[in-house]
Amino acid sequence: MSRIELHEARVCAETGRGEVEILAATTLTLTEPRVALIGPNGSGKSTFARLLNGLVTPRSGRVVVDGLDVAHDGREVRRRVAFAFTDPTAQLVMPTVVEDVALSLRRTHPDRDERTRAALSVLDRYGLGELAERSVHSLSGGQRQLLALAGVLATDPHVLVADEPTTLLDLANTRRVADLLFSLRQQLVLVTHDLDLALRCDRAVLVDAGRVTADGDPHEVVARYRAGVP
Amino acid sequence: MSHLIGAYQPGTTFLHRMPAGAKLVAMAVISLATVVYRSPATSVALLGVVVALLAVARVRLALLVRTLRGLLVVMVLITTFQVWQQGWQHAVTVVGALVGLILLATVLTVTTAVDEMLDTITRALGPFRRFGVDPDLVALAFSLMIRGIPTTIDLASETRQAAMARGLERNPRALVTPMVLRTVAHARATGEALHARGVGD
Repeated sequence: MSRIELHEARVCAETGRGEVEILAATTLTLTEPRVALIGPNGSGKSTFARLLNGLVTPRSGRVVVDGLDVAHDGREVRRRVAFAFTDPTAQLVMPTVVEDVALSLRRTHPDRDERTRAALSVLDRYGLGELAERSVHSLSGGQRQLLALAGVLATDPHVLVADEPTTLLDLANTRRVADLLFSLRQQLVLVTHDLDLALRCDRAVLVDAGRVTADGDPHEVVARYRAGVP
Repeated sequence: MSHLIGAYQPGTTFLHRMPAGAKLVAMAVISLATVVYRSPATSVALLGVVVALLAVARVRLALLVRTLRGLLVVMVLITTFQVWQQGWQHAVTVVGALVGLILLATVLTVTTAVDEMLDTITRALGPFRRFGVDPDLVALAFSLMIRGIPTTIDLASETRQAAMARGLERNPRALVTPMVLRTVAHARATGEALHARGVGD
């Protein structure tokens, strides 16, 4: 498993009325295979997740993945840490399913035929082979999310950070995406409102009002989260 | 919703097998000739050639009609203006050329996988690396532009439906403002997703 370290990492955002702290200085180390980030809307958990792949850089402090500083070694970190968004629509940038996965493979497979074969193999791995030539526009929400996951997993990253990947999905697709996520050999950092998914993880981190307020066994952290909701 | 522009249709026709570079060059030559030798006869000839190409590429008729329907309002406005200002011959020249060139571009996108187009552009721009041009980034921008057409049309359609649901379909602000905001938000989200995937690193 990768070693993800936050050392006093603090995130702020500029607003018209000055600077607002989104995530207070946070120090922790994630080495477990499955980590859940839970908390209310607007609590800062997505910001926390974005720190891990360099989408957000800390105002102060450091984020280190396997010894690589996200602020200075962003390219290398992004090769190790993949990121999946809640809404896959913006993540799918090519017209057809196979082309979108192939986009991820352009760096590792310069030859187009070889790249297409590799992309088809990735699609087969995630049960999307039959959709290869379909327009991404014609896919259902569940298929789009699975494709978005296949696209970021195509490069075989060490870590997958998934930001509420099941929020927009129905029950059947939630199960399908969750089963995929929990079958991966990659380390998983899962931002979720689905507490059943959080309970399947090895560790849970509760983020509330920009601070980590509980961290540890998922059953205890989820119980604490539930107890704090009026 | 499905759109012709930006939608590759897999196939084995002569046009599908033709190299993307050759198709791009042919399109550039035909476009230039249409502008340089502009006349009603040229525009009609262009439309004839394009209809033949659409048939060769076996473009689905229903899809073609849907795309042309999207252009109808703009073309009627341009035709009316041109007839009023310059006469019907000029209108045939301008509108015929516009429709012909849009359909010609459609033939290209329908018969060419975007991945193949990216490779062609990357290869063609290779010599410009020494001047600081990044061919991969230019090719990606090209593909995003093609992908952006159906996405933007979808956003417009959703915005129109949202305005209708609130009884605001005749209010231009209720249509334009959210449309612009959603398009910019989508562009930002796409940039963030590309960054997350390490594309362009």
